[in-house]
Amino acid sequence: MTLGVSETQSPDEGLPADALAQTAEAKEIEGRSLGQIAWARLRRDKVAIISAVVILLIIAVAMFAPLIVKLNGFPPDQFNKLDANGNPLLNTRDGGIPIGGLWGSGTSSEHWLGVEPQNGRDIFSRLVYGTRVSLLVALGGTIIAVVLGTVIGMVSGYFGGWIDTLLSRLMDIMLSFPALLFVMALTPVVASRAQDLFGMPDNNTLRMGVLMFVLGFFGWAYLARIVRGQTLSLREREFVEAARSLGAGSNYVIFRQVLPNLLPTLLVYTTLLLPTNITAEAALSFLGVGIKEPTASWGRMIADASAWIESNPLYLFFPGMALFITVLAFNLLGDSVRDALDPRAGRS
Amino acid sequence: MGRYIIRRLIQAVFVLIVISAITFFLFWATPANPALLICGKNCNAETVAQVNATYGFDKPLIVQYGQYMQGLVSPGGRMIGSEGNERNCPWPCFGESYQNGIPVWNSIKDAFPSTLWLALGAAILWLVAGVLLGLIAALRKGKFIDKFSVGLALFGVSFPTIVFGYLLLFLFIVKLEWIPFPDTANAALFSVGPVKWAQFYILPWMTLALVYAALYTRLTRANMIDTMNEDYIRTARAKGLDERTVVFKHGLRSALTPIVTIFGLDVGGLLGGAVITEQIFSITGLGKFSIDSVLSNDLPAIMGVVLFAAIFVVVANIIVDVLYAVIDPRVRLA
Repeated sequence: MTLGVSETQSPDEGLPADALAQTAEAKEIEGRSLGQIAWARLRRDKVAIISAVVILLIIAVAMFAPLIVKLNGFPPDQFNKLDANGNPLLNTRDGGIPIGGLWGSGTSSEHWLGVEPQNGRDIFSRLVYGTRVSLLVALGGTIIAVVLGTVIGMVSGYFGGWIDTLLSRLMDIMLSFPALLFVMALTPVVASRAQDLFGMPDNNTLRMGVLMFVLGFFGWAYLARIVRGQTLSLREREFVEAARSLGAGSNYVIFRQVLPNLLPTLLVYTTLLLPTNITAEAALSFLGVGIKEPTASWGRMIADASAWIESNPLYLFFPGMALFITVLAFNLLGDSVRDALDPRAGRS
Repeated sequence: MGRYIIRRLIQAVFVLIVISAITFFLFWATPANPALLICGKNCNAETVAQVNATYGFDKPLIVQYGQYMQGLVSPGGRMIGSEGNERNCPWPCFGESYQNGIPVWNSIKDAFPSTLWLALGAAILWLVAGVLLGLIAALRKGKFIDKFSVGLALFGVSFPTIVFGYLLLFLFIVKLEWIPFPDTANAALFSVGPVKWAQFYILPWMTLALVYAALYTRLTRANMIDTMNEDYIRTARAKGLDERTVVFKHGLRSALTPIVTIFGLDVGGLLGGAVITEQIFSITGLGKFSIDSVLSNDLPAIMGVVLFAAIFVVVANIIVDVLYAVIDPRVRLA
């Protein structure tokens, strides 16, 4: 996370150095914004393109989950005991492990990734629906964290004084919480609070909301610190001074001059926070404080599958791989976005 | 220096008080009445009132908080239980478990060594691996070994602990059978000997260390590359110092300063329990204790372990700040 504060370009300043470098080939000198340069760099970055395609595919899977599941015809919550020919899928004498298939996982032309031991639920369908939970919770948590972090960081950096002291101390305290432990301990508490507040039963819709809230609540402090630092330096810049001398108010300066200059930082942070939150959701569901049965979640599937690691390792392999590939794709894209937006990187 | 440390300690106490207050009010203010949790299925108005009196739930929350803190501060601990049936809960009193009545402090004391071994072993592993890989990558920037390390680091950062842990478990325990299934009896170094002990911990160490090793590789590499571009490195070379002195005495020392900071904070954070690794390998450390407490709604246990973990984080913060000043001559403590 080394976005040089002093080197963050304001969009309206253009990039003279870059423009000069271009004169050799370009017929007319064109000032390009950091956004345009970053976009051009990203389009040439093969890793970025591939990971973006993978992410779009994953998002598509999440969005069209009901349609995709129709392809194989097994709803994610349906218990399957028999295959199409009426033969049993599970060996009831042997603890309910699947019969046949690759490594005894019950893979077949009907159940592409096999079936769950004991219940016989289709693993492909559960994996597809798990994508929804994973992405939704991570996205919700990230949005909450980024909005909170941006607002608190900007307020703290822009207004200074006792507001800054207070908010900075708050960030320090938030950062000194043992985060995972706290998230873990608080999720059930928040869930029972939310039940009373909204009069909802403790179902998974509520759980997902609670997870988003908890991840967001514990994720903002780090970003707020970065935003505060950048705001502090941005507010002293000449263009802000110029706007002020022309009579611009705080609102104008904050939203029209500080915020646009923070966008690169926010974008990088968002792409890197997403995989963190995907992992966190999986971890919480794995530990049993996140998403509960019967909703499919990758973390929950891994927890369930861990009991069958000897007899049916593929059951563990699929959700694990799904999680790994998703997180890897987001991390790769995040790295590329950061490199592309880095003003110090070699310009081409 | 002395004055700075004292000031930081006072700040730390303040932070801990705030954390304890927030935690206490969040947990105890839950609508799920703790009394109902304790007396379980055969609850009636009478037993609830009795439980309330026993645990002091009938008193205002702020009084309960005061009593709780008294148990942590006063050297004699505090008295718990209903009138006529009081008993002393010795210092430091984190209360008693709702589930089994065991003093929370005893459970924490029992669970802590496992977590300590786990965290320390993993810390050594990731520090050595991360710094070495990062250093080599930085010195051979652009070469194959650099690309390899950067790729490996990215891979490591993206490998969720739950996936990597089970992968190791499957590979080395289930498939290759090089290591027996984890047996918690082997977590005690002095009763089972170093071989069984190391066998028990080796996979958990690797699991826990992976993400950190990857992060440290990246960090060391970036710092080292920045440092080696500094003017004073050029000066050192111009003076005719041999490359080894330049790299290790001038370069690495400066590049490692930020790593010391992060290392302290990471280890401090882990001493409160490495929940996921402990869960995967059935290690009965603080992490396992905390998740078990959370799942059984055991409020005093949760509260105790969260506070205990917070103390480590806060203390680690102070140690790191002081160390930073000792290592880096440019830092002046105000």
